[in-house]
Amino acid sequence: MSNTSIKITSDKLSLDECYEFVTDDSCGGITAFVGTVRNSTQSKEVTQLDFSTYKPMAIKEMQKIADLCLEKFSIKKIAIHHVEGMLQIGDVPVIITVSAPHRKAAFEACEFAIDTLKESVPIWKKEHFSDGEIWVNAHP
Amino acid sequence: MKLTILLFGISTDLVGATSLSFSLSSGSSVLQLKDKLQKQYPQLSQINSYAIAVNESYASDELVLKDNDVVAIIPPVSGG
Repeated sequence: MSNTSIKITSDKLSLDECYEFVTDDSCGGITAFVGTVRNSTQSKEVTQLDFSTYKPMAIKEMQKIADLCLEKFSIKKIAIHHVEGMLQIGDVPVIITVSAPHRKAAFEACEFAIDTLKESVPIWKKEHFSDGEIWVNAHP
Repeated sequence: MKLTILLFGISTDLVGATSLSFSLSSGSSVLQLKDKLQKQYPQLSQINSYAIAVNESYASDELVLKDNDVVAIIPPVSGG
């Protein structure tokens, strides 16, 4: 049975699903990171966000992160789920859950996974404002 | 040789396409492809920087391309 759950979907993400996936009798704790769409960037009001992906490669890169977490930290299971498509303020673009026998490894792996996802997974967000739109991180 | 170029994020808007068919002399490296792309689409220099993926994996500038490779332009990512 796989210890990793990787998903990119245009459906609403489920924290329950990510939580259920990582539960394990050998574990003493589960950590979760839930990303949410913020209502402003550099004091400009954001109206919505559009996530696009290079899906086959993004899945591979997310799988690499999950595999690396299992190798690097003493954890049992990890789920990394991300959405694509248009999201509104307060919606959830990403959920990561990690289970481990001891809590420290679960916290560390969860932080490592979201930090690495933001650096390497080919997913792009376009922020929509009331007066225009911008690809995040794209310009100097 | 013929390559398929996939464009994502801001590069789609700059070039005005999501994919291109591109010809390059055989034995060319990723760096040579980048030079040629930059000449043909100077608007790409408006991006901070971009990575190249070949057949769904990040590629170094030295990688030698093969006929029918699928090359993706990866502008700075912003997932999560």
